[in-house]
Amino acid sequence: MKWLLVGLIVFSTVLADLLQSREMKAHGEVSDFRPQGIARLLANLACRWRLITAIGFMALSFFSFMALLSRADLSFAVPATAAGLVLETLMARFYLKEKVSRKRWIGAGLVACGVALLTL
Amino acid sequence: MNAPAAEVVPAQTPLRGGLAVKTRLMILVVVLSNVTGNLFLSFGMKQGGMAGGSLLDCVLAVFRPWVLAGIVMLTLWMLSRMTLLSWADLSYVLPVTSIGYALSAMAGKLFLGEHISLLRWGAILLIVLGTSLVSATHPDGASAHAMESNR
Repeated sequence: MKWLLVGLIVFSTVLADLLQSREMKAHGEVSDFRPQGIARLLANLACRWRLITAIGFMALSFFSFMALLSRADLSFAVPATAAGLVLETLMARFYLKEKVSRKRWIGAGLVACGVALLTL
Repeated sequence: MNAPAAEVVPAQTPLRGGLAVKTRLMILVVVLSNVTGNLFLSFGMKQGGMAGGSLLDCVLAVFRPWVLAGIVMLTLWMLSRMTLLSWADLSYVLPVTSIGYALSAMAGKLFLGEHISLLRWGAILLIVLGTSLVSATHPDGASAHAMESNR
């Protein structure tokens, strides 16, 4: 059950992040941080259905994370769900067509190793 | 005397030796809201105990004060992260904000009495190393590459 929840969390997080990143790039750089600017931003974002889908996946990931927290330590739950980091970097490279430099690959690898080690 | 042509500097061009203030500030908000959000949530979920642990029980747990505080922080986390993603690559945001994992583990030790073994300290060191390596790259890899080839 514990690992089933971890799988569900990773799957929904990867999907949510990819959709979010794509939609936010399509929206363009956020630069107005005054209250009315933020209100306008939220109104704009609410009309993007892919972003709403992404938030749905985040909610799924969030509630499975809460279920996991109720039966495992925070120091198990948080690192276990980070398993998707390398997967997400791969998807960022091939699906979002980001330029992932060697430094970034090594960095993502180090973080993923560290996160995996945290669960021991 | 001719005024120099207005220099076109993209907002996120890193200054020598550092990132744009906006990026740094947003990373700080993303990381802190994530760590405190997870901490509050974990505390709230353990406090009441969970009879069945079903998905429904989790939804009902939303009404506990600590869980609610956690949700507020995690909402702030989601919005600030989306804002950061509007100009920074996903492959930059992910490892850089992962420093939160190390901080979460330390918060677990400090506030929830969880144990950190020597191995876990090594893990935290690896995460810090990876994070600092990625934060040395440009948040927008494609535009950094374009700028370099224009030089």
